[in-house]
Amino acid sequence: MRQTVSQIGTHRSRGEYIQPVQDMWSSIVKLNAVTKDYATRSSGAVTALKDISIDIKDGEFVSIVGPSGCGKSTVLKIVGGIIPPTRGKVLFKERPLIKPTSEMGMVFQKAVLLPWRSVLENVLFPIEMLGLRVADYEEKARSLLKLVGLGGFENVYPQELSGGMQQRASICRALVYDPAMLLMDEPFGALDALTREELAIELLRIWDERKKTVVFVTHSITEAVFLSDRVIVMTPRPGRIVLDLPIDLPRPRTVDMEFSQQFKLYSEQVREGIYSSKKETAQ
Amino acid sequence: MISRIGDKLQGLAFILVGLVAWEVLCRVANIPVWLLPSPTRIWQETMVLAPVLPRHLLATLIGIVGGFALAVLVALPLAIAIVYSPIMRRIIYPPLLMLQSVPKVALAPLLLIWVGYGMSSNIVIAATTAFFPIIITTASGLQSVDNDLLDLTRSFGSKALKVFWKVRFPWAMPYFFSSLKVAVTFAVIGAVVAEFIGSDRGLGYLILTSSGTMNTAAMFGVLVILSIVGMACFYAVVFAERVLCPWYTPAELA
Repeated sequence: MRQTVSQIGTHRSRGEYIQPVQDMWSSIVKLNAVTKDYATRSSGAVTALKDISIDIKDGEFVSIVGPSGCGKSTVLKIVGGIIPPTRGKVLFKERPLIKPTSEMGMVFQKAVLLPWRSVLENVLFPIEMLGLRVADYEEKARSLLKLVGLGGFENVYPQELSGGMQQRASICRALVYDPAMLLMDEPFGALDALTREELAIELLRIWDERKKTVVFVTHSITEAVFLSDRVIVMTPRPGRIVLDLPIDLPRPRTVDMEFSQQFKLYSEQVREGIYSSKKETAQ
Repeated sequence: MISRIGDKLQGLAFILVGLVAWEVLCRVANIPVWLLPSPTRIWQETMVLAPVLPRHLLATLIGIVGGFALAVLVALPLAIAIVYSPIMRRIIYPPLLMLQSVPKVALAPLLLIWVGYGMSSNIVIAATTAFFPIIITTASGLQSVDNDLLDLTRSFGSKALKVFWKVRFPWAMPYFFSSLKVAVTFAVIGAVVAEFIGSDRGLGYLILTSSGTMNTAAMFGVLVILSIVGMACFYAVVFAERVLCPWYTPAELA
């Protein structure tokens, strides 16, 4: 695990942007032997996560892949400080994470925009909730909307937008208060294949431009390999990590890389990770 | 737009044809006036009532609007309590269901004894009829907020009160308004029932006295006015919804 992490540091290159060396190495979020039990009505306590340890570096793009019910979303909520772990430690920038911080931006599978607010007002929603001055962020919100190609749609209601456009707006909402991390829970899962590809490329562009750390939950192997510096494979019952694979493909990533031998190799490794663990649980 | 006006004209034309047919039927078949008065006869009898109509109309309107307002004032806080407190939910629901399963007509004489004869009892009876749909539908609206959205507000560390005003309450607004549309028609029923049972004023009272003198034409006239009042109340709520929830356009109003 430790070795895996150091590999990423040495291998990755990221466009023209050169990060200071210490940033490359400093961890932003650390999960240390995190276990999460849920109380259920029918069968008592269910262990959703067992001994999860992840060390996410500042500026890293990490994907978590796994079948439904493996606890990927739970990991994300724990990283976001929305739910506490039952056992284990969560560190954010070396400090214990005990409550949500405005350093996290969340994006869900559904855009969950507020239907009574215009697109611009939706992007500014976190500012209001965080008790910041809305006027100070309006320009920022407008430029973010332009960045994702929603310039000119500031004043329409979100329900008048397509699914892909709604999801772009929700990404702007997550970025507006400039969090250090983006936590994305299958953000493109509800979109058609073409929009999905388009948004993936756009996400990489934003990531490159805004220098965020991204934790990206998905069940698409291709998407995970395409986007990430590192792919973490999880298996269900109880949710645990079976593979932590650094993806050493050049940046910026392009769609034709998906046809390269290297890409196929990575995808196979991820698939094997998911599959082997399935056999294991079956036994 | 033009076709919509055309549609409305069609509806109007249909009503006109119906009225003419009714008139012709009454005259040709010589139907006794106490059984089915003709439209012109209804108009005449209503004109006889005209001088006293405003007073009765006002009384009924006070019953409806007062009862409706009282129902909202009681139901809204209760709906919020139900959503936020499991204890309140357990306390409020059983008596609520008991109250709802009793026909309001049967409850009215009791309320009359408690509240007293007059306007206030009309308002209370209308309110008991109207408040049930408000509390049930508004509570389920407040509860239906998307879980991801609640997670999002949690990620901002937002206070519950802020989440209520910025998310839950506006989220429940369309539910609240559809409950109000049901409630306002119930309030009309409640107000008229109250006038039947114990009142010396109101359109319900007029219907009752007209029935006592076998003045069927007057009864018809008051009924027509009553249905206009009911529709006006309904569309007032629809209008308020359009103004207060401009983002929400229901499929089309009935």
